[in-house]
Amino acid sequence: MISARQFPVLVEVGLRPGIADPQGATIERALPALGFDGVRTVRAGKAFRLTVDATDRDDAQARATDIADRLLANPVIETYEVTVFEAESPNAASSS
Amino acid sequence: MPPRVGVVVFPGSNCEHDAVLAVRRLGGTADLLWHGVTTVAGFDALVLPGGFAHGDYLRPGALARFSPVMEAVASFAEEGGPVLGICNGFQVLCEAGLLPGALQKNRGLRFLCTTVGVRVDSEASILTKAVPSGTRLRIPINHFEGNYTCDPSTLSCLQDENRIVLRYVENPNGSIDDIAGICSSAGNVVGLMPHPERAIDALLGPTDGSVLLRSFLGASSDRGSARPGVSSGCAGSSPAGGPGR
Repeated sequence: MISARQFPVLVEVGLRPGIADPQGATIERALPALGFDGVRTVRAGKAFRLTVDATDRDDAQARATDIADRLLANPVIETYEVTVFEAESPNAASSS
Repeated sequence: MPPRVGVVVFPGSNCEHDAVLAVRRLGGTADLLWHGVTTVAGFDALVLPGGFAHGDYLRPGALARFSPVMEAVASFAEEGGPVLGICNGFQVLCEAGLLPGALQKNRGLRFLCTTVGVRVDSEASILTKAVPSGTRLRIPINHFEGNYTCDPSTLSCLQDENRIVLRYVENPNGSIDDIAGICSSAGNVVGLMPHPERAIDALLGPTDGSVLLRSFLGASSDRGSARPGVSSGCAGSSPAGGPGR
């Protein structure tokens, strides 16, 4: 039996191109006023850090993608990107 | 027999008592229905009221659609039962895939609390079947995420199928095609951002909300004539494939 390991996962959710992003636009306008020049675009989004029990990275990717698609993002107006990192070593996990 | 209306209460709903009062004033009976129940048996119609279900965490309606009652709401809608989502209730219906599209933050990033003019543009829904197209009403709005959006194919589907039931006379929030309310393909599921339940007593302002709610109660009394059918319609319009999401 394959034991589950814990994979850190980052889910980034952003608005689809074409969907108005008033937050990003406000930040974009604020930057030059604060002296930060040379920033051409700002798009605001959300980031979620999960720790997922999975047998391997592909399994973790599949689980997190399902979560992103069904809950974390609304595919009508948002897109998402799932990044899976290397599982923490069992020793590190048990010592914490 | 007056129709019996179930008003769903999520943690964070705050317009449920207004909805109950409005239904009772207009001759119906109404009961609160906790979101944790798994059946809606015995009700002729359902209202998803305004508020901040589950704190609006993540997105308005995003968590509410996983509330236990929502499966029963979806089955009820599929059987042709009248379901009315007001404000936050509209957002819940969109997240649940019972109506297409989504509600994003208002253009201009302002919370809007005012009374606006709306026009009835379709009589093909439970909320408007007794109201002639072209009728103008004044109804309060009270929202931050009321800016309706959907992809172009969904929009043309809504237009072609006469499912845009209410439009703003002057668009307050950037909503696409001035949409204030839409219905399902069968017309029995309606979502709108304005609050008709807050416009039933002259002491508090306009009473035009009663025009819409009378139509809703009328449609709820004669459910026999309702056309059953899966509601969301418009292929590709629901989040990730509709109610099963």
